[in-house]
Amino acid sequence: MTWLKNIVKQREFMIFMIVAVMFIFMTFASPYFFTIPNILAVMLGLSLEAIIAVAMVHLMVSGGFDMSVGSVVAFTGAATAMMLRSGMPVFLAVLLGLFIGAAIGTFNGFIVAKVGINAFVTTLSSLSLFRGLTLIVTHGQNITGLPKTFKLIGQAKVVGIQTPIIIAVVLLIIGDVLLRRSRFFRQSYYIGGNEQAARLSGIPVDRMKILAYMLTGLFAGISGIVMTARLGAASVTAGSGMELRVITAVIIGGASLNGGEGSILGAFLGTLLMALITNALTLLGVDVYWQTFVIGATLLLAVLIDTLSKRNR
Amino acid sequence: MSEFILEARSIVKTFPGVKALDGVSLQLRKGEVHALVGENGAGKSTLMLTLGGIYRPDEGEIFVEGKEVKFDSPHDANEKGISVVFQELSLVPTMSIAENIFANRQPVKAFNMVNWKKMYEDTIELLALFNLEYMDPSTPVNRLSIAMQQVVEILKAISFNPSVLVLDEPTSSLTEHEVEQLFDNIRKLKDRGLSFIYISHHLKEIFEIADTVTVLRDGMRVCDADVQTIDENFLITNMVGRSIENMYAQRGDIPIGKNVVLKVDNLSRKEVFEDISFSIREGEIVGLAGLVGAGRTELGRSIFGAEPADSGSLKLGDRNIAPRTPLEAINAGIGYLTEDRKTQGLVLDFTIRENLVSNHLRDFTSVIGFLNEGAITKFAEKSRDDYRIATPHLGQKIRKLSGGNQQKVLVGTWVGVGPKLLIMDEPTRGVDVGAKSDIYRLMRELAGKGVAILMISSDLPEILGMSDRVLVMQSGRLVGEIPGNEATEENVIALAAGTIEGEVNK
Repeated sequence: MTWLKNIVKQREFMIFMIVAVMFIFMTFASPYFFTIPNILAVMLGLSLEAIIAVAMVHLMVSGGFDMSVGSVVAFTGAATAMMLRSGMPVFLAVLLGLFIGAAIGTFNGFIVAKVGINAFVTTLSSLSLFRGLTLIVTHGQNITGLPKTFKLIGQAKVVGIQTPIIIAVVLLIIGDVLLRRSRFFRQSYYIGGNEQAARLSGIPVDRMKILAYMLTGLFAGISGIVMTARLGAASVTAGSGMELRVITAVIIGGASLNGGEGSILGAFLGTLLMALITNALTLLGVDVYWQTFVIGATLLLAVLIDTLSKRNR
Repeated sequence: MSEFILEARSIVKTFPGVKALDGVSLQLRKGEVHALVGENGAGKSTLMLTLGGIYRPDEGEIFVEGKEVKFDSPHDANEKGISVVFQELSLVPTMSIAENIFANRQPVKAFNMVNWKKMYEDTIELLALFNLEYMDPSTPVNRLSIAMQQVVEILKAISFNPSVLVLDEPTSSLTEHEVEQLFDNIRKLKDRGLSFIYISHHLKEIFEIADTVTVLRDGMRVCDADVQTIDENFLITNMVGRSIENMYAQRGDIPIGKNVVLKVDNLSRKEVFEDISFSIREGEIVGLAGLVGAGRTELGRSIFGAEPADSGSLKLGDRNIAPRTPLEAINAGIGYLTEDRKTQGLVLDFTIRENLVSNHLRDFTSVIGFLNEGAITKFAEKSRDDYRIATPHLGQKIRKLSGGNQQKVLVGTWVGVGPKLLIMDEPTRGVDVGAKSDIYRLMRELAGKGVAILMISSDLPEILGMSDRVLVMQSGRLVGEIPGNEATEENVIALAAGTIEGEVNK
């Protein structure tokens, strides 16, 4: 029965139980909760954050941290929209948009890994830099009038499910398998857990760190493009505050700022829990102003339980 | 085929300002344990790191089985048959035993996916070498004891199938029993033809496990010898470059004072120690012996207010005290040198000067709250001279000092508080012979000034050499008290292990 014990000890299990309890409670509390439209609405709501969470977990596992993802969402969205408006083919514009996201991530990673500036400070600068740049290039105006084929990226449905959900689920599954099982991505756990040990084991630490930031930028880019397509417009305020929500979800899901811990499944459950809290409070008719408060309390509670359970063993 | 499995010839390694290795040669035969001894700074670590592929030598050659090799990285050295077990654990605490052993070399299936089943099987096979096959290979390393972590570290090195295993202070965190176990395993591996380079400060261990020994001093090889033909004094004389006449220094003429400094009455802390009573007088050095886990450190921390006792009373001089925090204990006149100076005693990234005053900044603060920098410098300079801290300047970061010098700084910070009672937990752990004798001399001086010293130590020669009186703890109880001149290795061990009953004068 050790495998059962091992599962119970996992952080994912704890959050899964909380999610399950909420599910059961809400099914009885609100007739509308357990219906396909509502479940899809919840999933659609969390999909954009979940996409970023995939890369953020990997980054935090390797000991990194990125405050700039919200700004990257806005900047890649705006840049892609402007390229589309100038008549560029959809395929090329999306590709360039993704490239911009990855480039910003690489820029962050290079400064952190090679120059050695603290991740918080570096990405806090990027947060302002790229939000500012978005405002400069768009003159603070939203960009509308995007081609139909582009909007399909965010608005099409496959067997009744919106594309953002499908994109998020695919990335979550691939990401989870790779981070859990591939030797390549497991290198990041060594780096976050003990950088010195990682170096001694022959892991190319700096290269892996830069890669982790690059992927985070790339995934923020994906999220930005999908968001722009879904809204049919690039908004200059897109993604503001997203970095904090993603990091909150990832930490609820078992990652730590010290690195070496965390999983994509956990991060997804963290994101799901936050979305469910919002959904439940809305359905129960609780004043919206409570939502942020409850999420703060959830984060604190998750971390408290974790710390206390570690202290007891 | 060469006679030697590993040979280093005239290795030179220079760092800015220091010649760490100055033409050092070393020969290792197949299947032998070759000890490497020397004081901190003698070049042991540099030599080890060079042989392990972490440093590249400026000059000189390395031969493995007669063939000249150059190591690009530690990984490369591993593949060429040399594995190093580091003193600072190089494990990833959040990861499992298996993933630590096979770090970055996990067996894989298609698409480079980790083959967990095979990795766990291979791990259990390795654990079986130490008769630990019952352990779960998926256990995260941070749930293991330090000794067990050390075992994982050794298994990791062995998993490379090396022909030479370098062990750097492998016993520094092991209990006597675990040391025996380690030695058994070394002998077992030796019989299979594995060769060892064994670095240790514990000269006793060298006579127990090593076949040959090389002594380094100031980056040069002083001598090498067959262990059978030499004794401890020979090693000490060659390591220090002078013979240390009396390591533990003489008790001064000043007799132990009449006044009781610390009186402990029926002190208990649930599940840690029980019903402890003893006293220490002015100028007395009391050694607290016992096995690891007997509750000695916990008792010390309790007197210091770090883990307050549940019941019982403490009296410092004429005053009853019940410190609930270290600050209260310090204010009452108690100093405490932790056993783990790196994580609990010193701020590694601060300078010597800053560390020396860190726990009594108040003495250097003016009425309006500013620090008197001049006074701090003066105090630091005096401390450096008093405690023979070897350093180019006082602005040096603690991290860069040798263990012995770090320990001297730690002593300095606590003496600065002006304590009536000084609790010293493992005062010479990881410290070389020369610095050891400096620290012992310091303790004598402090005692001569009337400071009462409670010395917690697992080093028996130190307990016997320094103590005016020996207290022995076993499983949380004080089981024996022996006057210093009657204490022997036999009676202290027997009390600590519980094979004889002792008496305690309350």
